[in-house]
Amino acid sequence: MAMKTNEIENKSVPTIVPVEEDFPILKTLINGKKLVYLDNSATTQKPKQVIAAMTHFYEHCNANVHRGIYTLSRQATEAYEKSRQIIADFIGASFDEIIFTKGTTESLNLLASSLGKKLQPGDEIVLSEMEHHSNIVPWQQIAKEKKCILKYIPLTAEYTLDLEKAKKIINSKTKIVSVTQMSNVLGTINPITELARIAHAVDAVLIVDGAQSVPHLPVNVQELECDFLAFSGHKMGGPTGIGVLYGKRKLLENMEPFLYGGDMIREVSFDNASWNELPWKFEAGTPSIAQAIGLAAAVQYLQNYGMDKIVEHEKKLTAYALQKLSTIPGLKIIGSAHLDNRGAIFSFTLDGIHSHDVSEILDREGIAVRGGHHCAMPLMSRLQLPGTTRASLYLYNTEKDVDALVTGLKKVQKVFA
Amino acid sequence: MAEKRNEELIAESAAVINHPEITAAALTEQEEIYKENIIDHYKYPRNKKELSQYTCSRTESNPLCGDKISIYLAVDAGKITEISFQGHGCAISQASASMLTEHSKGMSLSSVASFTEKDVQSLLGIPLSPIRMKCAILSLKTIHKALEELK
Ligand SMILES: Cc1ncc(COP(=O)(O)O)c(C=O)c1O
Repeated sequence: MAMKTNEIENKSVPTIVPVEEDFPILKTLINGKKLVYLDNSATTQKPKQVIAAMTHFYEHCNANVHRGIYTLSRQATEAYEKSRQIIADFIGASFDEIIFTKGTTESLNLLASSLGKKLQPGDEIVLSEMEHHSNIVPWQQIAKEKKCILKYIPLTAEYTLDLEKAKKIINSKTKIVSVTQMSNVLGTINPITELARIAHAVDAVLIVDGAQSVPHLPVNVQELECDFLAFSGHKMGGPTGIGVLYGKRKLLENMEPFLYGGDMIREVSFDNASWNELPWKFEAGTPSIAQAIGLAAAVQYLQNYGMDKIVEHEKKLTAYALQKLSTIPGLKIIGSAHLDNRGAIFSFTLDGIHSHDVSEILDREGIAVRGGHHCAMPLMSRLQLPGTTRASLYLYNTEKDVDALVTGLKKVQKVFA
Repeated sequence: MAEKRNEELIAESAAVINHPEITAAALTEQEEIYKENIIDHYKYPRNKKELSQYTCSRTESNPLCGDKISIYLAVDAGKITEISFQGHGCAISQASASMLTEHSKGMSLSSVASFTEKDVQSLLGIPLSPIRMKCAILSLKTIHKALEELK
């Protein structure tokens, strides 16, 4: 893989130039300017290695899986299932604990639907105030249907979760606790293991929304002590249309399927059906085969680069970005100003200028950022903000990109001066 | 040789993807949306207040970007005698509310009811992408809903 260590020239952020080379889209010109892609929380760009893996599959191995005895189908099945093993190893899980879904949203809907079947009136579901809509709306629906109660762990003034309050909110009626490991708005990294222990003390299950954490941090489900983990391929260099639900085997075995159809059954008669074993019990219909292979290629790419290196790189960029952004008058960071427990996601407001206008003027400089509520309307109303502008970074971003952002923001202020 | 073929294929598939000119050059003068008068209406909005007395009011929002606009209408003898707005949003949505309320004061209900997207666009005098069009017509939509309530 393209990675050159330049020990002699020990600059603050080394070895990024070769990484950039792996992502063809970064050479694109937008409005005549080189693309500065800072919307990685929404989706990430894809390295050549991922694009090649998918092209190779379509050009040489394409067939449906689990169906044919012919060579091609066998090869496709092998590639698809090997991808599952690569992803299992990546997060410290077993093969049969990895369910392929369309993404985090589908993974969380699967859980709400399947775990929801066992809920009783009066049971409590605990979420946090910083959740993405996909970790709120499915639970609201189940709560309405099953007459359950939804509770939210509040934020502290430092944009972290209030653990003292969490300990009070989570009680013997709590059956499910579902929280994000990293906020897609604030960048806050939550203490999952502590929450897992609080939840397990009352026999509740702990679900982790890993959409923002799995791409950026080393995540091991054993160390987290979580029961379920949901994440999306497209936020970690992989393709869209593929995501993962990890679940502890014991729990998955006792759960009802989510979707019904081909592949997920063992036997079907005109009146009845029995379910396939794990993980296929939860994978109805033809899966996203090339996408699973693309995701496995993305995982290997990240492993080759090193998750620890990503953390290190993003920490340096975070320190740099927080310092640079703080020099802009009228800019307020909505998130922790401290480096501990936060990722490279920067939500901010600019006095007197709406986030749409900020994004539009930055776009003229080739800078892609996101404006709005970031699929977290409850959080926005809790913070009493109509929206924020958000810049979110990944392994291919550099200090130069942060500089471009800062220069761009000064131009925005000039337009409105 | 193989490279060339690949490029041809990409050119063919581009027709399917139908992407706009993403590598286009920087904006021309005609394409500028943050014109002086837009910024002026945004920073110093006209009629931005709640009317002390109004015949009807209506609030609408744009869920995509969180823009929110309330319109207050005072009506007499089939005419809009007073009109104002409140709310928050981007420069385009605010400027359009400011201009539209200024424009429709004193007009008959039927002529305001027949305003179209095009009218708003010519009032603003700037080109609008489909997403920005939604911001621009939020105030018009809100006025139309308010007028419907009057019926
Ligand atoms: C924290 C968080 N959870 C869930 C999601 C939903 O992911 P997807 O749209 O890939 O299903 C996102 C992505 O926007 C996210 O940032």
